[in-house]
Amino acid sequence: MMNLSDPAIAVRDLRVVRGGAEVLHGLTFEVPRGQVTGLLGPSGCGKTTLMRAIVGVQIVSGGEARVLGEPAGSAGLRRRIGYSTQSPAVYRDLTVLENLRYFAAVLGAPKDDPERVLAEVGLAGAARQLGSTLSGGQLGRAGLAVALLGRPELLVLDEPTVGLDPVLRQELWTLFHRLAEGGTTILVSSHVMDEAARCERLIVLRQGEILADETPGALRAHTGTADLEEAFLRLIEERAAA
Amino acid sequence: MSVAITLATARRIMTQLRHDRRTVALMVLVPTLVMILLYYVMDDERSFGRWAPILLCVFPFLVMFLITSIATLRERTSGTLERLMAMPLGRLDLLLGYGLAFGLAACAQVALALAVSLTWLGLDLPGPLWPLVLVALLNALLGTALGLLCSAFARTEFQAVQFMPIVMIPQILLGGILVPRGQMATVLEWISDVLPMSYAIEAMAHAVADADPGGEFWRDVVVVAGSAVLALLLGAATLRRRTS
Repeated sequence: MMNLSDPAIAVRDLRVVRGGAEVLHGLTFEVPRGQVTGLLGPSGCGKTTLMRAIVGVQIVSGGEARVLGEPAGSAGLRRRIGYSTQSPAVYRDLTVLENLRYFAAVLGAPKDDPERVLAEVGLAGAARQLGSTLSGGQLGRAGLAVALLGRPELLVLDEPTVGLDPVLRQELWTLFHRLAEGGTTILVSSHVMDEAARCERLIVLRQGEILADETPGALRAHTGTADLEEAFLRLIEERAAA
Repeated sequence: MSVAITLATARRIMTQLRHDRRTVALMVLVPTLVMILLYYVMDDERSFGRWAPILLCVFPFLVMFLITSIATLRERTSGTLERLMAMPLGRLDLLLGYGLAFGLAACAQVALALAVSLTWLGLDLPGPLWPLVLVALLNALLGTALGLLCSAFARTEFQAVQFMPIVMIPQILLGGILVPRGQMATVLEWISDVLPMSYAIEAMAHAVADADPGGEFWRDVVVVAGSAVLALLLGAATLRRRTS
């Protein structure tokens, strides 16, 4: 039995090699429970690979990742983690509702879960639309809705707010914080720095290494700038100087 | 493995088919239309009677092979397979779901082709109908299983369709249709002996010609069914929870 004060995710010296090159160079960090943790960094820095390793679908070459007290990828975790990929993994030749009903059946989620998650991501109006007729932003939300099915303890969301208008983005962040207040741990990636301010904790990644792992406030204080975009640049300069 | 997840998967795949009416229409109508074409090309009931069972063998296999390999390839490239692999779905749940859904589609296909052949085209069966249906269905399952297996070796849909002639043409050439298997060079006969289609064609010939299919028919049926199970298990082995 695990302790509630244990971290939701504990990664130690994690290494991943893809296509002959090492893309994650021995990462070590923890993600606390019941918070929104942001995984920030430019495109290609290894965010998706790291998330895949945490979900347990990535072949890793070294180190370990423990998730909710079990080794990443254990069969017991498959019901406890909700994962939404960057390109929305939904069937384009099914309606949104048909997609959700199928994934809910696979997860053994309650019968009314599809309607609940549709309302949560603001997609109830498009429930009967085929995936292929949705806009990019709608597809992204459909993918996010699948991740919410069955109320998982941990949500791993790869760039869930890309291409959304500011109002929808605001709504989704409100949803993330509401879920975190209810005890859900959320790991959310973004390459947009202004989203970092909305997280309770930040892990900044660049070229497969961790540049920073602290709260947004601490990051601003330690880099001496109020702007997180600026803070990111300072971190890189610091690293280059060291 | 879970029966509920397997059935949910089969239902999902059939729903996808339902949204794609043109594919369903092609799948169900094409074998029948080719049967009719064959009838008029042969223009003689005896030759038609010899060729019809072969088409009834080849078509369910061919169509199911193509559809399954493309469908599973899409599942791999669209990310839905990765999503399912991160969920509590067993690999066999997915494969059997496909087998079940496409097996039902094959039933519709064979039913129409048979109905037209037996009525309009005057195909004569001395024995019962069920052996023929059994072989056709097993062939559809074999096609589904091999399609799943081959899709693991294709990265694009272009590559996937190229597997069709590779898998299909040698089996037809060596299956005893053009040249009886006993008259082939020894090496070719050995190869023919290990190709499941050879047994499917032989079983179909028995199903059409014999009043009471006996031991040889059953041996062939077991070989085809065994090949389908083997291909399904190999296909399951190609589905990986973790990828690079």
